[in-house]
Amino acid sequence: MSCSRRDFLKESVGAAFVSSLPLSAFVVLTTEEAIAAVAESTVRWGYLVDTTKCTGCGMCVKACKNENEIPYDAPVTRTWVERYVVTKDGQTHVDSPNGGRDGFTSGNIREEEIDPDTIDKAFFVPKLCNQCENPACVQVCPVGATYQTEDGVVLVDRDWCIGCGYCIMACPYGVRFFHPDHKVADKCNFCYHRITKGMMPACVESCAFGARRLANLRDPDDPVTRIIKTERVAVLKDEYGTKPHVFYLGLDNNVR
Amino acid sequence: MNEDLIVHGAEWTIKELFVYPNEFIYWSIQIVMYPYMTGLVAGAFVLSSLYHVFGQKDLKEIAQFSLVFSLALLPVAALPLLLHLQQPLRAMEPLLTPHFTSAIAAFGMVFTVYGLIVVSEIWFVYRVYFVHQCEALKGAPGFWNAQRRIVYRILTLGAKDVSDDAVRVDHKAAKILAGVGIPVACFLHGYAGFIFGSVKANALWMSPLMPVIFIMSAVVSGIALCMLTYIVIMEYQAFRLRRKGGAMEAGETKGAEIDIISKATRYLLGFLVAAISLELLDLIFRGYTAMKSWDILRSVMYGKDFVNIFVLQYTLGNLVPFVLLLLPGRTIKRTVLALLLVLFGVFMMRWNVVIGGQAFSLSFSGYMHYHIPIIPHSLETFKEGLFGAVTVIATPFLLFWFINKFVPSLRRNIGET
Repeated sequence: MSCSRRDFLKESVGAAFVSSLPLSAFVVLTTEEAIAAVAESTVRWGYLVDTTKCTGCGMCVKACKNENEIPYDAPVTRTWVERYVVTKDGQTHVDSPNGGRDGFTSGNIREEEIDPDTIDKAFFVPKLCNQCENPACVQVCPVGATYQTEDGVVLVDRDWCIGCGYCIMACPYGVRFFHPDHKVADKCNFCYHRITKGMMPACVESCAFGARRLANLRDPDDPVTRIIKTERVAVLKDEYGTKPHVFYLGLDNNVR
Repeated sequence: MNEDLIVHGAEWTIKELFVYPNEFIYWSIQIVMYPYMTGLVAGAFVLSSLYHVFGQKDLKEIAQFSLVFSLALLPVAALPLLLHLQQPLRAMEPLLTPHFTSAIAAFGMVFTVYGLIVVSEIWFVYRVYFVHQCEALKGAPGFWNAQRRIVYRILTLGAKDVSDDAVRVDHKAAKILAGVGIPVACFLHGYAGFIFGSVKANALWMSPLMPVIFIMSAVVSGIALCMLTYIVIMEYQAFRLRRKGGAMEAGETKGAEIDIISKATRYLLGFLVAAISLELLDLIFRGYTAMKSWDILRSVMYGKDFVNIFVLQYTLGNLVPFVLLLLPGRTIKRTVLALLLVLFGVFMMRWNVVIGGQAFSLSFSGYMHYHIPIIPHSLETFKEGLFGAVTVIATPFLLFWFINKFVPSLRRNIGET
């Protein structure tokens, strides 16, 4: 058999291409796997924050840091609580010292003393990842290390994240950060390791006031889902088109 | 806080008023360097193509030099990205599992394609020279000459045909590659603009004009750097010759040629006008439409960053060199000053985009200030500090010095195209 140099090169390129196809591309699915792959999940996780019930105690932030092994004293956190104080002169004062972890024990906002008589209204707003339907962070990840699960939660693969920070830049809510130990992007995932085993997220579990609740939005009988569907709820920054799935009761116009 | 508890960004970010807890200046000096260096690469290539494709004969000398210089700049466009990654050992992953909805997923591919174009064009331009060197060094005495000959033999890739037909094919190939290279160079850099312009969460970055602004300022900075390096090297050679007398070939004694400088300056000014017009259009549009973010943007642009934007970038980096280059009776010294200012202006533009875009909180209620680490006390403060940036700036000149040993881009009458 004769083989010119040109033919040899052609064949080699073909062979290299074929051998580079991963074997996993040809895995045969079992019936259950195939059904699971095409059928819509029966779960879509959502979250309800009742701002009227939040007292700013910070237990949720503490619980989250412990449960998810975010270094306790590092100035980053998967969830935080903001305090809003609107004074009679129309000014809005906002703070979240240590993410609200230690509660709000001082009446001062960043050393500024606010006379209680000048306050029109004041309230607390817990924040966490919105597990968006259209997540900007997933869109911009160059390696697919952050992805959306079937039940709507956005996760980060710590073994594959390259630490470019593009997802941190892309998130309009500022929920992402670099994990101080793992040196990869990190964020709230509704305690995915817990909720997939029938437990509640640490923040929900630790909230003594029922201000934070988890919902399965695909279950019409879920009491939290019924609140979201029947009452007047709002989401944060919907102008970015991310379709956030953390819903707020009593959300004020001043909330950033 | 112990060493491995360091939160990326906390080191150099000062927060003011209300900023979300997780917000820091995550993209620091290296991300300023990335579009700056990419822009220099793209600009240098466009300048060389002006001769190779559009036949601007008076640009010939600087075109040869620009082409080789763009090769020296090329690896340095990727270096800042590598230095900035939190997981640099995973840098190849975008090539292994590219996630194409991301604007940066294709960087490696565009970059590689562009690199191949530059390398092949240089090869076609200099192939005849390589062959001649092989011949000339045959039997030359000395160990290093033998080594040089081996390098040149490898560089010819076995193509030793220097007949008229073969040379004509070389010229044609170089011209085609230069032609294809222009859109790819613009793409490489417009792409850097897209990476920023498409971040909808960032009020300052999000603009469809961003890629075009980036391309225009890229060409400005690329031309400026090529002109500057060309002038410095040619003047230095002439200076050395005047002192030592007669050691070099006659063709190399002239110093920088004012004709070449004039011509290149004209292109520089053209692109500079385009870049400034687009930037001002963007600014005016933001002010006129006054979206929700305008309050905080205005306070950053006209307040906190006023000196950076209007004094350093627009006045010192754009207006002053513009006047210096346009005033009659231009001298080499004045041109050098103007070129330095142009390069500084484009750097400030990158700085004001990258750092300025992170100068305000996503909450629109607070500010962040970037304090660049000067004296490094850890790997991170080295990489993302002044010395990291200086490393990035110095590398292309070292590379050029090395490449120029084998591909002499500054000698006249070599690499005819």
